[in-house]
Amino acid sequence: MPTTYPDSLIARILRSVKTIAMVGASPNQVRPSYFAMKYLLDKGFKIIPVNPGQAGKEILGQKVYATLSDVPGPVDMVDISRASDAALGVTDEAIANKDRLGLKVVWMQLGVVNEDAEKRAGAAGLTVIMNRCPKIEYGRLSGEIGWYGVNRRTIDNRKPHAFNKGGSLTRG
Amino acid sequence: MAEFGFDTLAVHAGAQPDPATGARITPIYQTTAYVFEDADQAASLFNLQVFGNIYTRLMNPTTAVLEERIAALEGGTAGLAAASGHAAQHLIFHTIMEPGAEFVSARQLYGGSVNQFNQSFKKYNWHVKWADATDPESFKREITDNTRALFCESLANPGGVITDLEPLARIAEDAGVPLIVDNTLATPYLIRPFEWGAHLVVHSATKFLGGHGNSLGGLITEAGTFDWAKSGKFKTMTEENPSYHGLKFFETFGDFAFCVAARALALRDLGPTMAPMNAFLILTGIETLPLRMRRHCDNALAVARWLEAHERVAWVNYAGLEKHPLYPQHQKYCPKGAGAVFTFGLKGGFEAGVKLVNNVRIFSHLANIGDTRSLIIHPASTTHRQLSDEARVKAGAGPEVVRLSIGIEDVNDIIADLDQAMRA
Repeated sequence: MPTTYPDSLIARILRSVKTIAMVGASPNQVRPSYFAMKYLLDKGFKIIPVNPGQAGKEILGQKVYATLSDVPGPVDMVDISRASDAALGVTDEAIANKDRLGLKVVWMQLGVVNEDAEKRAGAAGLTVIMNRCPKIEYGRLSGEIGWYGVNRRTIDNRKPHAFNKGGSLTRG
Repeated sequence: MAEFGFDTLAVHAGAQPDPATGARITPIYQTTAYVFEDADQAASLFNLQVFGNIYTRLMNPTTAVLEERIAALEGGTAGLAAASGHAAQHLIFHTIMEPGAEFVSARQLYGGSVNQFNQSFKKYNWHVKWADATDPESFKREITDNTRALFCESLANPGGVITDLEPLARIAEDAGVPLIVDNTLATPYLIRPFEWGAHLVVHSATKFLGGHGNSLGGLITEAGTFDWAKSGKFKTMTEENPSYHGLKFFETFGDFAFCVAARALALRDLGPTMAPMNAFLILTGIETLPLRMRRHCDNALAVARWLEAHERVAWVNYAGLEKHPLYPQHQKYCPKGAGAVFTFGLKGGFEAGVKLVNNVRIFSHLANIGDTRSLIIHPASTTHRQLSDEARVKAGAGPEVVRLSIGIEDVNDIIADLDQAMRA
């Protein structure tokens, strides 16, 4: 899964995005999508979970919608936590709702790769990221993930800001 | 970001100014535990849902800088520290193996590793099969459906062997198991095993990484390239973990999942944590790793050449010498140097070996390697004394064998010391 992106692109997305619709959000506390949702909520993002099986219920205190078409705008980014095959359908729905939601980014989770979806979303003017977790990328670029010995592939000679306020990501 | 050079990473990787104080040098966080913001954050930390510090057995901000440093130097995705190189190996195999499983190891290994694999691991019902580091095909012959890993040293201790990593990595890949490389003697300055296809690297940081003979430590780093799910054999990585409410490590943490699992399970439960003070000393050592390794290798080559021409020396086993059979491998894998640890044989046999270690005045007679100081040992009268004559010869510790770890002193003084001690 050769999906590499420049740090500057990832950082720009994570700095500019405010509201994320998480398609495939799970109420199961050990699912990676639950981890990511909890972490990103802690960092101040507005998260709208999308999961037809949970529609009308709440995950982490946020109301769940059945489909992207049901989600009220604005939404800056769609994060897809589904099998790679299902990513195309979700992406098509994202494209159909692009203008209504004010959508700018389609992000596919770690392990999710769909090149057709990438092409269509790209052609519709959306920025596409595949096979990455926004939680891990946020932790990496803010410096927090260094606490787990993860190689952030950066060198920084400045003191990081408080992590819970966004760490290095708050610097423009 | 720009790709930084090795020497820059050796000084900087992982070490930002301290978030609390702005201290430029990584502080020694001499604490056992860390306060939680509230009960909810505590729960999230214990569930691994957020990144943060809990308890120093599991993680420490000083140690974390060292972990990231080794990952950066090796080109890995993440690192994990342990109390010693042996502890690091223990954590790796605890994460990979199940009772009854096997792994194939090069037999040209540090004697301590041979003991660990042959004796202690057997108590877990983990079984080592031995192969020849100079013959990659010999590994293939030992692989069964029960094999979980291949293991070798890049430069083998006590020296002379440079492992052909590239074909070995291919054999591991074909068998669906990771290749684990002990890179202690080479350090990433000389060889970066991930560039040849290895999946995990382990270090005794006690040696050249720390470099000053003052701190024990072990390090693990992962390439992030191994598919732990494909074969279904690596249950710790892929199955629901009951102690984390059913979390699956590989699925959740992707290309750094091995280090998270080894930390959150093996380090948590077995407990061989590196002390923050040791992490600090090893970090300080690594800042000068490139400078020291250059000098170690230059000195070692000069000493090996001088010994080769010495009337009282029977043979010198150093792959940096042109006529050594593994010289081509040296040119391929570590053109910057063949390391600083090697053996040579004295024409005078056992007595000459004893005389030499008794008469050196700069060399230290002790059982370690990879110090700024030059070190010497005569295995037949020390580390291998208990073995039979035959077993000693088989282990490369015949009566005439002397092992050197060449330091960074003035090379003329190193040579003069050996010369006067051999002639005394």
